[in-house]
Amino acid sequence: MDITEYIKLVFTDYTLRTITLGTAILGAVTGMLGSFAVLRKQSLLGDAISHAALPGIAIAFLITGAKDSNVLLLGALVSGLIGTFWIKGIISKTHLKSDTALGLILSLFFGFGMLLLTFIQKQPNANQAGLDKYLFGQAATLVESDVWLMAIVTGACLFVLLLFWKEFKILLFDADYTKTLGFNTKFIDVLITTFIVLAIVLGLQTVGVVLMSAMLLAPAAAARQWTNSLSVMVFLAAIFGAFSGVFGTAISASQNNLSTGPVIVLVAGIFVLVSFIFSPNRGLLFKQLRFIKNRRDLELQKTLSFMFHIAETHENISHPHTIKILNNFQGFTKGTLQKLVEKNYVKLDGTMWSLTDEGFKTASNLYNQQTSNNE
Amino acid sequence: MAQSSETNKNETSVGAIAVKVDDLTVAYNYKPVLWDIDLEIPEGVLMAIVGPNGAGKSTLIKSILGILKPIAGSVEIFGKPYEKQRQIVAYVPQKGSVDWDFPTTALDVVTMGTYGSLGWIKRPGQKEKKAALEALEKVGMLPFKNRQISQLSGGQQQRIFLARALVQNASIYFMDEPFQGVDATTEIAIINILKELRKAGKTVIVVHHDLQTVPEYFDWVTFLNVKKIATGPVKDIFNDDNLTKTYGINYKVSIQE
Repeated sequence: MDITEYIKLVFTDYTLRTITLGTAILGAVTGMLGSFAVLRKQSLLGDAISHAALPGIAIAFLITGAKDSNVLLLGALVSGLIGTFWIKGIISKTHLKSDTALGLILSLFFGFGMLLLTFIQKQPNANQAGLDKYLFGQAATLVESDVWLMAIVTGACLFVLLLFWKEFKILLFDADYTKTLGFNTKFIDVLITTFIVLAIVLGLQTVGVVLMSAMLLAPAAAARQWTNSLSVMVFLAAIFGAFSGVFGTAISASQNNLSTGPVIVLVAGIFVLVSFIFSPNRGLLFKQLRFIKNRRDLELQKTLSFMFHIAETHENISHPHTIKILNNFQGFTKGTLQKLVEKNYVKLDGTMWSLTDEGFKTASNLYNQQTSNNE
Repeated sequence: MAQSSETNKNETSVGAIAVKVDDLTVAYNYKPVLWDIDLEIPEGVLMAIVGPNGAGKSTLIKSILGILKPIAGSVEIFGKPYEKQRQIVAYVPQKGSVDWDFPTTALDVVTMGTYGSLGWIKRPGQKEKKAALEALEKVGMLPFKNRQISQLSGGQQQRIFLARALVQNASIYFMDEPFQGVDATTEIAIINILKELRKAGKTVIVVHHDLQTVPEYFDWVTFLNVKKIATGPVKDIFNDDNLTKTYGINYKVSIQE
C-alpha cells in the first residue's frame, strides 16, 4: 500500500479514521500534560496512575457485568485518582521517598487488579473475555464516541491550561514561593493531577496499562530538547504526541496489523532518540561538535601565541624562523600550521615561517580576550 | 524539658514591631525542630538569623511564611495575622530549592514576583514587565534578561531570586541564605541592596552562615538553636557568650567595631 492510497483510506475508512483521530488526540493531550509531569520530576507518576487504574476497571465490570467502555473508564478514573492521592498522602505524611511511594502503590494496585482479572476470567459470564485488552491496549476497539470523549477532555484540558497557565508555571518552578504569594497550591496541584489521571485513563483502551506512561513522558522529554520556553515545550510535546499517534497507527495498519499501542510508543521513542541526538542546543551531536571545535580553536590559539612569543624577540615581527623550532611546542602539527596559513596569520616560505601583521595583532589580543572571557 | 527558654530582655524597642512570633513550635517527626519561639522583630532592621546546622533557621522562616505548618504558635505581621498581610511580605528561598534547568528566562522568573498582586488567572502585562525590568536593573542583571536560567552562574541565579522578591515591593523580606555559594563581587552587590532596603525603611530578615560578617552587614541578630537563644541589636548581644550558648563550643570571634 503506498502513501497516497493510505492517506485516502484514512479519510474514507471509518475504523482507520477513528483510530487515527483517537490516537492523535490522545498523543496531543498526554504530551501536553506530560510536560508538567516531567518538569515536576514526577515521571513515574504516569506509570503509577495507569497501573492503579486496573482494579477500577475490574471492579466496574464486576458491579455492572457489562463491558461498556465508558463505565469501565469511570472505574479506572476512580481507582486511578485514589491511587494518585494515596501516593501524595504517603509522600507528605511519611518519610518515604516519592519513588518508594510510587513503586508501592503501582505494584499493590496492579497486583490487586490482576487478581481481580483472573477472578473474573473464572466466572461463567460470557461477557468476561477481552478485559485483558486494557493491559496492552487495543486501538481497534475505539469507536466514534470514544474519540468524542477524548476530544472533549482535551478541549477542557486546553481551556484550563490556558486559564491557569501562570499558576501552573509558577507552581512547577517554585511551589513554596507560590504558597507565600497567597495562591492555593493544593488546588493547582489537584487540578494538574486530575487532568493527568484523566488523560491516562482515556489512553488505557488504546495503549494499555503497561505502556501508557511512555505516552506521557516520551513526547515531553523530546520537546524539552528543542526549546527553553515552557509554552513552546508544551506545544511541541502535543505535536510530537499527536504525530506519534498518527504515524504509529499508519505503521501498524499497513504492516499486518501490528499491535497499535506498542508501535505508537516506539514512534514516540524515535522522537526522543532523534531529539536527544540532533537538537541544536541540548543535543548530544552538536554538543560534541561544539566541544571538538572549541578544542581545535584553543589548540590553534596556543600555537599562534607560541609563535607570537618567538616573533616578539625580533624587532621586525615578520622576521622568518625555521619550522623546526615549532617542534618543541606540544600542540604543534603540520595541520595547525596549515590552518594558520589559511587564516592568513602566518606566511610560509620553504622551511621558514613568519607572522603576518594580522597574525601578530590577533595573537597580541588573545591574552586580553582570554582574561575578559573568564569574567 | 517542657519549660520555655529564658527570655532575653535585651530587646530595645525600635519603632513598631514588624514581625511578632508567639510560642512557635515545629516538629517534623517526634523531635521538635523549633521549640517555643517567641520573637519580636522591630521595623526597619537588617537582621541575621544565626545558628548551627539543624538549628531550625530555614524552618523558622518557612513556618512564619506558612510554608510549613507549626504544631503550635502564631505569627503576626504589623499586628495582624500573616494570612492577611501576605502582600507586604516577600520571600527569597534557598537557591538550591528549585530546578534551574526549568525552561524559562531570567525575566520570566522575576516577573513571577508580580503574580501575587495580580491574583488568580490575570496575566502579567506591560506594567508588570516594567517592574520586573526595573528589578533586574537594580540587581545588575538587565543584560541577562533573556537568558535561559540554567545558563546563569550561581551568583547570577541568586540575584534573579533577589530581583523576584524586590518586584513584590514588600515591607518585610525573608531571605534564606542569599550569600550561599556566591562570589565576593555578588556578595557585595547583594549586601548593598539589602542595606538600601533598610534605608528605605524595610525590614530584612536573613538566614546567615558567615559569623565573621555579622557585625559588618547587620544591625540586629537572632541566635537560634531549636530554642531562641537571644535576639537584639548586634552591638549589644553579638558576643562570645551568646555564640558559645548557640554553637555549644567555645566560640571566639573578633568583633570589629
